[in-house]
Amino acid sequence: MSGPSNFQPKSPILQWTERRLPILGLMHSSFVAYPTPRNLNYWWTFGGILTFCLGVQIITGIVLAMHYTPTVAGAFKSVEHIMRDVNYGWLIRYVHANGASMFFIAVYIHIFRGIYYGSYKEPREILWILGVILFLLMMATAFMGYVLPWGQMSFWGATVITNLFSALPGVGPKIVEFLWGGYSVDQPTLQRFFSLHYLLPFMIAGVVILHVWALHEVGQNNPAGIDVKSDKDTLPFTPYATAKDSFAMICFMIFFAWFVFYIPNYLGHADNYIPANPLQTPTHIVPEWYFLPFYAILRAIPSKLGGVLAMFGSIALLAFLPWLDRAKTRSARYRPLYRQFFWIFVITCIGLGWLGAKPAEGGYVIASRILTAWYFLHFLVVLPLLSYYERPKPLPASIAESVLGKQALPASVKGSS
Amino acid sequence: MNKNTLLALGIASALSVASASAVFAADAHAPQPPRQSWSFSGPFGKFDKAQLQRGFKVYREVCQACHSMNLVAFRTLGQPGALGFTEGQIKTIAAEYQITDGPNDSGEMFQRPGRASDFFPPIYPNEQAARATHNGAFPVDLSVIAKARTFEVGFPGFLIDIVRQYQENGVDYLHALLTGYSEPPAGETLSPGQHWNKFFPGHKIAMTPPLDKDRVEYTDGTPQTVDQYARDVTAFLMWAAEPHLEARKRIGFQVMIFLIVFAGLAYFTKKKIWANAH
Repeated sequence: MSGPSNFQPKSPILQWTERRLPILGLMHSSFVAYPTPRNLNYWWTFGGILTFCLGVQIITGIVLAMHYTPTVAGAFKSVEHIMRDVNYGWLIRYVHANGASMFFIAVYIHIFRGIYYGSYKEPREILWILGVILFLLMMATAFMGYVLPWGQMSFWGATVITNLFSALPGVGPKIVEFLWGGYSVDQPTLQRFFSLHYLLPFMIAGVVILHVWALHEVGQNNPAGIDVKSDKDTLPFTPYATAKDSFAMICFMIFFAWFVFYIPNYLGHADNYIPANPLQTPTHIVPEWYFLPFYAILRAIPSKLGGVLAMFGSIALLAFLPWLDRAKTRSARYRPLYRQFFWIFVITCIGLGWLGAKPAEGGYVIASRILTAWYFLHFLVVLPLLSYYERPKPLPASIAESVLGKQALPASVKGSS
Repeated sequence: MNKNTLLALGIASALSVASASAVFAADAHAPQPPRQSWSFSGPFGKFDKAQLQRGFKVYREVCQACHSMNLVAFRTLGQPGALGFTEGQIKTIAAEYQITDGPNDSGEMFQRPGRASDFFPPIYPNEQAARATHNGAFPVDLSVIAKARTFEVGFPGFLIDIVRQYQENGVDYLHALLTGYSEPPAGETLSPGQHWNKFFPGHKIAMTPPLDKDRVEYTDGTPQTVDQYARDVTAFLMWAAEPHLEARKRIGFQVMIFLIVFAGLAYFTKKKIWANAH
């Protein structure tokens, strides 16, 4: 995905194939020869980790679908059948259920890394927007996946979230009926959610290809946030990035395994082990942890339509980030003020997540409103103002200099930068 | 720049005060169930087979009067990491239950003694029948109850639990519930069919106190107390909810060892490759 390759396989058979379908050359130029900035830190390993997560979800998901029954009467039972009677079914299901959470942990780190180092800025706007689309697809997939076990939270979560669309004036109720396939969350809803839950990951895989394509076209951003200027600034993807990504990925797997094998139900909700009952509403309907910040924003606004718009707006705003933050300097390392506001923003998001899990009453509502207001102020006021008023620190002359120091560079490189 | 730092800090502290005030808004309704020590907790946890068998006895002689367990098959009582019953014992246990089967050649449903491959049968023909018997209350199925109940741990305990691998909130709650019956405090009135329970959300529970001292006979000398019964039956219910718990923890340890060694190798490989790059 990074232009023509001069890759020449040694074997005559591969040479024959390569002349007809240069797929090895494509792989070679994308994942072997591809130049990566030499100053990338471990925050840059999450792209590879996310690809791993997607792979795990698709493989475990396909196996689960072989044993799962998408019916109102059979869904809960079939999940328990997987847990009890399918060989290693408990492992496959716990990997899939916790895998969703791991996917979101990785994606949130990946997004915040992009925000910190200004990875959305020129020329990476489309790369960034594809990322926002991937995030939305992930949210839709995860939401529908959580409905499939047909426990109490599945059912009531589906009811609450689909009902949000009824807030839209005029067409709202029609949209909700269309989503449900009837007049309430029922068999048609479960069955179409299963179908879409199987479809969306492959759409994600497709957009991932676009995302990687766009990345390889413009090149990776880096902690210094400056462009690659000479060969000295980069290292080939293999073995450098491959080795670093592998180590990070294995560490991530240890974290993942900790949850799967020792606390597999920690990230889930106990109520989802109660079979869905349309006649009994749980005391607190709480979405999965990765939706909590947005759930808090939804409930912070006193009007239903306002809440829905604020919630979707809070995600949509991300797509406009390249145009809200007009500062020329990319990396927060050289933006002293922006860096502080970045951390305040992180705390705001964590705070919203915590509030999303709390009942919507008393002080929680007030706190949610303050943090919601700050979330929007950060994007709509702070970032545009900072672009004008902030005085960035001087940037290093080159990536190589930022890593190796001035003295480590040969004179020729010094002269060229 | 100093002024800016102050401004940023000011905003940050305003936000944290806002969140802190929210903490105080939380009202403590039901008390937190005390944490018990369970043989199956922790990375090397295993079920205590004798305890599971005692718990099963309590289930059969007490709980089973109202509560079904129909996701559990008799055959699973003898699988690895379970109660340790032999094939013969399981056949005997299964045969004590009547299973509705059919239709037969004349189109009738019929009753037959249970087989190892059967699941624990329902107690009532349907939910309405159960409610009619129990003054409107519905005795829930207990197959996954140990995972279907929990309580809120709060900050920072819920984070510490990740590190401690503590996932026994469900069983702690069940044990607390079974031992939490008492007379209602002054000023609280119970309507007929209600009982006071310290740990039940809302405190008014329809289930009659199920356990009494010496109600179930233990032959291995284990004390026949309410606390012990509650502990044993809860452990059994944990097994029922998570029959592969032992295999999960055993395989988990193998996976961990493998991954940690692998990570070590990957780290030194990375270090060697990058030695001259920065």
